Amino acid sequence: MLKFIKHHMAEIDGIEIYPIISLLIFFLFFTALFWWVMNSKKEYLDKVSQIPFEEDNCIQNTKN
Amino acid sequence: MEVQQFYYDNKIVKNFIYATLFWGLIGMSVGLLLALLFLFPNMTSGISWLSFGRLRPLHTNAVIFAFVGNAIYAGVYYSSQRLLKARMWSDFLSKLNFWGWQAIIVAAAITLPLGYTTSKEYAELEWPIDIAIALVWVAFGANLIGTIIKRRERHMYVAIWFYLGTFVTVAVLHIFNSLELPVSFLKSYSVYAGVQDALVQWWYGHNAVAFFLTTPFLGLMYYFVPKAANRPVYSYRLSIVHFWSLIFIYIWAGPHHLLYTALPDWAQNLGVAFSIMLLAPSWGGMINGLLTLRGAWDKVRTDPVLKFMVVAITGYGMATFEGPMLSLKNVNAIAHFTDWIIAHVHVGALAWNGFLAFGMIYWLVPRMFKTNLFSTKLANLHFWIGTLGIILYALPMYVAGFVQASMWKQFNPDGTLMYGNFLETVTQIIPMYWMRAIGGSMYIAGAFVMLYNMIRTIKSGSPVEDDLAEAPALKKLKKGRLIGEGWHQQLERKPVQLTLLATLTILIGGAIQIIPTILIDSNIPTITSVKPYTPLELEGRDLYIREGCVGCHSQMVRPFRSEVERYGEYSKAGEFVYDHPFLWGSKRTGPDLHREGQKYSDSWHFNHMYDPQSTSPGSIMPRYQWLTTNILDTSDTEGKLKAMVTLGVPYTEAEIYHAIEDLETQALKIEKNLYQDPSFVENYEAEKQAAAENGEEFIPIRKREIVALIAYLQRLGTDIKVKDSQK
Repeated sequence: MLKFIKHHMAEIDGIEIYPIISLLIFFLFFTALFWWVMNSKKEYLDKVSQIPFEEDNCIQNTKN
Repeated sequence: MEVQQFYYDNKIVKNFIYATLFWGLIGMSVGLLLALLFLFPNMTSGISWLSFGRLRPLHTNAVIFAFVGNAIYAGVYYSSQRLLKARMWSDFLSKLNFWGWQAIIVAAAITLPLGYTTSKEYAELEWPIDIAIALVWVAFGANLIGTIIKRRERHMYVAIWFYLGTFVTVAVLHIFNSLELPVSFLKSYSVYAGVQDALVQWWYGHNAVAFFLTTPFLGLMYYFVPKAANRPVYSYRLSIVHFWSLIFIYIWAGPHHLLYTALPDWAQNLGVAFSIMLLAPSWGGMINGLLTLRGAWDKVRTDPVLKFMVVAITGYGMATFEGPMLSLKNVNAIAHFTDWIIAHVHVGALAWNGFLAFGMIYWLVPRMFKTNLFSTKLANLHFWIGTLGIILYALPMYVAGFVQASMWKQFNPDGTLMYGNFLETVTQIIPMYWMRAIGGSMYIAGAFVMLYNMIRTIKSGSPVEDDLAEAPALKKLKKGRLIGEGWHQQLERKPVQLTLLATLTILIGGAIQIIPTILIDSNIPTITSVKPYTPLELEGRDLYIREGCVGCHSQMVRPFRSEVERYGEYSKAGEFVYDHPFLWGSKRTGPDLHREGQKYSDSWHFNHMYDPQSTSPGSIMPRYQWLTTNILDTSDTEGKLKAMVTLGVPYTEAEIYHAIEDLETQALKIEKNLYQDPSFVENYEAEKQAAAENGEEFIPIRKREIVALIAYLQRLGTDIKVKDSQK
């Protein structure tokens, strides 16, 4: 009965490359993300994190 | 620099808030009715459209898409306009989004109780409604992207990224999971079968949680928590990491819903690994949310808005810690199919989604109606009965889940099951179901308190009007990177590129899991004795789908000693190759049915469907008496077989041509079997006589729905038995 649940992937040609590609994608993704975040400037981040508070630019609260 | 004046569209936000309150109370009330059906199974007896199986999808859909969905739109429409300093791109699309979504909800509220369902969890709606969902969702996305393009704020705040990620991912998930072949106006079959259908469904199901219940709410968290606490998010850096790592990892984790099933091992293990990794971004986000309150914790003592938000974020933290733990195979072996999962999802739904939505509404309504909250005391009351309600809901369900799983697995020294009768494991946890119903009632009571508070607040305020605002238009920038600007900084002001990158990020995980399973179509080991369903069985299967049996019964015997002992041979991938859709289920309120075929007589099934307590005293299964009177509709039988052929099920021309004939022959056989039960004969003959006396047409039992359902139940899992007997 075990033949029904084992070795599903074994018969695909060149399947060995699959986990290697997966690992590479994963590694590159997080390297890029780390690089992105570490290279962001503090002043810039401080400025953008204030955006939610900038909206109080309503000059009047009515529409005629 | 030219300063432009414009109006924020507040009316659309108001509409979505009203819809959130309305559908929230409906969805929760249906949930309470379901909780009561566990205690009084025959409460709605005889009313097919109020039966448990049909209402369960209504509850889940109402809470997810109606309550949370409208809350998402309310929050997104409010915050996006302000974060982007622009009115929504198109008033027409805003209205289309609102009215279209409400129409879809109404369509769901009508079709689901009538039994029109695909049976795929959180994707139960039939194909015409699926198309409507896709169109309305695109209207929402187009409106959002249009607003982003004409924005007056260069940088897109992180909340907007979450909204964009939500839009593209939900679109992809919805389209791929809803691929189905229509048979008639409200009936279709999933194009995938068995294992593939299961994988696609749970890739969708898991990511519906991720990208409908989580990412949009995280966007709301990144906007409304800083606003309510009046301080910026704790770490913007962390929010960038949170966004990208969350959407990248989440999409891989779906297979943890299918551990120990017939899904290939590699896919199960991949799902587990990514589920564990998911803990990192989830908790990163939770910590970022909670630490936003740094230095403002004193306000949490007095401000109900912050109270709701703190419990919401804590609930998010608990649910996202529990999720990865439940994905460990050894924990999952205990928790899966039990009420533990019900506790888990309700911590997420009641605390994270419910409380964040409540906090947002308490913050928004006084502002929009330019007044003060009618009663802070009532808001505090809501908070406390809601919080206690969550605890009283979740804790008993954890206990129930653990008790039941332990009882399922308990052996006597002689190797037999200690609780061989499944019912013993149900009656044991009835007290927990009582406590759950009480906890749920408290939560709903709190929501009604909020409704009253909101009505009074709105009445004391002035009508909602569109706020006038002004902001300088954005200068056109030259192409390429600006001086001193990093590539990421450039990307953060490029909506299209950012969206494309997010789409790519979510496609990777899905593609890596799903493509090989589709490719190895021929590799799912075929078992020669597995044959397509007969026409009568196929009709019976559609009744099983219509009645929502899958809500309480799994069809997946896991390869555990306790399950093989209780149910029979464990389920194999090859047994499901003709199952469009798969019906593995996710909860065992009742026993697994995959090896149900030929276990009991036809008469037993008849009596059991007519009155479950007569065959199984103490059972909490409701009665399905209308099946014994309804005439089986065979007008589409041939069409169904033809549709199956299109999907690759090998029915021959002759089989399709003789479908009705075969169906009648098989039904007649079951009628004969039923005649072996003297009490059936007595009642049946009396019914026949009564019809004759009243001059009414008498419909023989072989033409009624129950016969088809019995045929299906008797077929379940028997293909392998045939093989064994041939040895």
